[in-house]
Amino acid sequence: MRPVHPNDGLPVGTAQSLYPNISMSDFSVGFRSTGEVRILDLKGELDAHTASELEAAIQKCQSDQAVQIIVNGANLVYISSAGLGVFMAYIEEVREKGGDIKIAALQPKVFNVFDLLGFPMLFDITDSEDEAVSRFSAATS
Amino acid sequence: MASIIHKLKIPSSTQFLEDVREFVTTHASEASFSESVVEQMKIAVDEACTNVIEHAYNNESNHSIDIAVIVNPDRLTVRIRDRGRKFDSQAYREPDLMAFAKNRKAGGFGVHIMRRLMDEVQFNSKGGLNETLLVKFRNAR
Repeated sequence: MRPVHPNDGLPVGTAQSLYPNISMSDFSVGFRSTGEVRILDLKGELDAHTASELEAAIQKCQSDQAVQIIVNGANLVYISSAGLGVFMAYIEEVREKGGDIKIAALQPKVFNVFDLLGFPMLFDITDSEDEAVSRFSAATS
Repeated sequence: MASIIHKLKIPSSTQFLEDVREFVTTHASEASFSESVVEQMKIAVDEACTNVIEHAYNNESNHSIDIAVIVNPDRLTVRIRDRGRKFDSQAYREPDLMAFAKNRKAGGFGVHIMRRLMDEVQFNSKGGLNETLLVKFRNAR
């Protein structure tokens, strides 16, 4: 839990707070591999501030020549369009190299944001990580 | 019945987006909006503030943004004010996802998301002051 905001608990009238405390980034990317497939475990909140961390993770996959990428969103609790933009910026490049970015296990409220922008028409979004792995296997066998 | 106004001032940096989301969540929840509607407001306000930081203030962090949550019996309004470059809503075009992916374009979805999630979205400018108004009616939809 983050600290209670100075404005909390003021039910009526006008409350003008001081600048809020600088908070540490509440987002992280973990790396795993299964065979040729690189799995990125996203955790926390993905917004315009933290999007650069996802971008760095995808760039690392590229520098490792890993083009079969699964983004596991099981622990991703929030996404804004800045986060979605990272997927947009890299999907064509990864596909041109014969790979894909598949998005798996999103929480319903996060999926809703992907859906709002029509991502299911452009991205392979699966209910589970296993399903995404098997789609890569099916495509390469 | 008079309006209840809650105010927050943040520096124009994406590291404070998390505080804005928490601020809006707190006061929209207090005003008895449902969890799913609060989630929609949170995303819309994040998009509005991100646009101010990136476009109005061109990612310069030495400016400020004033956010107000205004609760009325029939609606909740979030007002975002800045003194940066004004947004030209006339020149705005709805994003084309496929074209964006082809061009590796990572941004440009914020206004689209705001309009999809809120009941009303207004952009006003006067005397160097810009204002984004995001409105959710209590009994809409």
